[in-house]
Amino acid sequence: MSKVLVIAEHDGSSLNPSTAKCVACASELPDAEVHVAIFSDHGEEVAAQAAQLESVNKVLQIDRAENKHPLAAILAPQVVALAGKYSHLFGPSTTFGKDLMARIAALLKVNQLSDIMSVEGANRFKRPVYAGNAILTVETPPDKPVVATVRTASYQAAESGNNAPVENIEIAAELPRHTRFLELKTGKSDRPDLQTATTVVSGGRALGGSENFDIIYKLADVLGAAVGASRAAVDAGYVPNEMQVGQTGKIIAPDLYIAVGISGAIQHLTGIKDAGTIVAINKDEDAPIFEVADIGLVGDLFKLVPELTEALAT
Amino acid sequence: MKKILVGLKRVVDFNVRVRVRPDGSGVDTDGVKMSINPFDEIALEEALRIKERGEATEIVAVSIGSSEAQQQLRTGLAMGADRAILVETDGPLDQLSVAGIFLALVNKEKPDLVLLGKQAIDNDNNQTGQMLAALWDRPQATFASKLVLNGSSATVTREVDAGLEVIEVDLPAVVTTDLRLNEPRYVKLPDIMKAKKKPLEHIKVAELDVAVSQELKDLSYEPPPQRSKGVIVEDVAALVSALKAKGLA
Ligand SMILES: Cc1cc2nc3c(=O)[nH]c(=O)nc-3n(C[C@H](O)[C@H](O)[C@H](O)COP(=O)(O)OP(=O)(O)OC[C@H]3O[C@@H](n4cnc5c(N)ncnc54)[C@H](O)[C@@H]3O)c2cc1C
Ligand SMILES: Nc1ncnc2c1ncn2[C@@H]1O[C@H](COP(=O)(O)O)[C@@H](O)[C@H]1O
Repeated sequence: MSKVLVIAEHDGSSLNPSTAKCVACASELPDAEVHVAIFSDHGEEVAAQAAQLESVNKVLQIDRAENKHPLAAILAPQVVALAGKYSHLFGPSTTFGKDLMARIAALLKVNQLSDIMSVEGANRFKRPVYAGNAILTVETPPDKPVVATVRTASYQAAESGNNAPVENIEIAAELPRHTRFLELKTGKSDRPDLQTATTVVSGGRALGGSENFDIIYKLADVLGAAVGASRAAVDAGYVPNEMQVGQTGKIIAPDLYIAVGISGAIQHLTGIKDAGTIVAINKDEDAPIFEVADIGLVGDLFKLVPELTEALAT
Repeated sequence: MKKILVGLKRVVDFNVRVRVRPDGSGVDTDGVKMSINPFDEIALEEALRIKERGEATEIVAVSIGSSEAQQQLRTGLAMGADRAILVETDGPLDQLSVAGIFLALVNKEKPDLVLLGKQAIDNDNNQTGQMLAALWDRPQATFASKLVLNGSSATVTREVDAGLEVIEVDLPAVVTTDLRLNEPRYVKLPDIMKAKKKPLEHIKVAELDVAVSQELKDLSYEPPPQRSKGVIVEDVAALVSALKAKGLA
């Protein structure tokens, strides 16, 4: 039997959709019993959301003032205190999960598996390496807990409709004071979330400035889409870092991805491999993005994008 | 602050499109261009800038791997590292072992700051910094896009999915770099010559008191499913009807 502890990602009031994807992955393990741990200062609200996820058998709510902000150095010893009962410890392959799970693994003196994209058995998994240019099948030692991150773009979120019990847990672990949260600067917008949106429109270096990104936002608005960007566009300061799509940004799997003025470097393509349909608009017909695009349109984006927005609006 | 330890991993250059060997035993690296992991160049650049501001006195570059990693360490010395350590291993190690080796060096060198990349672009693990920090029982500040030192602590801006998070960590600490921390300098020819005289120490893993292993077994490699090339449409009207046909607009 597999006993899995999923470490939930949340912002204090809502459960991040990455958690439901981890649960979906966990439920693929043979004969899985899935628990979700909520570390928070006041976790009721988030725990209630986790309890609704299908396949979840139990939610553990660990309330502690120090858990207000998700610092790996603070959370890891608490997870380790719970770890003894579990065969698998999973977190999402988001910045939250990557920061935390490797620290947990090292405290447990085990290796960590990154970016599970498929479960082949209780100790056998597939994961991408070399920016997704190779898929590796890995086996973990059967006598040690599997500590892993789950590649969220490979999984559909577990459905809601469950009513799992929530248990309040106290953990006496001593927590370090050497790491302190100061501030989170987030460009909160009313737009759909890049990581879960069904449609994403991304702009690249070709936009040439942050004002010009307006045409990308307008197209996104008529499609109800989230907005992303290439690294070049982020580096140039046209848009904030949280919008970067790719190997070192967000790995996404929307039904429709529209790449505007993006050349299609391998590192960018890594982030969109799992998209349903890829549309590319680029003035260079030899741009590598056309090698992977399902539908390509060659021409000047400053003319084509407003035209497309107009055509879709009517 | 005195000493900064920087990790420089030798990896397949980021411009190379790697291919899986037909027998699935790995990826083809014969004759392929090898470089310093891009995030590690950023780590070294940051260390150099800290030293140039007068906030550090010595930068030690470390690579763990085959003797060929000397090339990357020489490049690091040419960029400005003061000395280099190559920990020679026979064959691949898992990441916990690599972190264990870093810990052994940390115990020997007693750095005030360890700067690593956030991820090596070959295995895409994104683990070593976090593991070292855990084993060392010290703070970690991963995915750094800004690093400010204030004596006994550091203020680090981290690129997280929600935006930018700012944390404060006591030193010594492990910081891992993200792409926007800085732009690494180019190496100049005279520096390459000068670097030849800088010390490069070779250590065999066996000389360090660490247990190493390869616990995660790599069973086989396969190429990813390929996306096939689609169609080029003539104009916006054709694009809209293609999207409509797929139920996407
Ligand atoms: C370690 C590492 C990690 C990286 N991680 C990422 C990552 O996560 N995400 C990422 O995106 N990149 C990443 N990169 C960078 C990547 O290699 C490319 O440099 C980047 O994706 C290029 O961005 P771009 O396509 O916007 O710019 P460019 O490559 O400059 O492409 C611009 C495109 O716009 C087209 N164009 C120009 N003008 C017009 C016009 N008027 N109308 C239509 N088309 C036009 C051009 O033909 C060109 O194809 C990484 C690089 C490294 C080394
Ligand atoms: N063999 C190695 N030699 C030197 N540095 C390494 C090595 N492996 C990992 N690192 C450092 O750890 C970072 C993260 O690597 P990884 O956890 O493998 O993604 C890299 O960017 C390096 O700074």
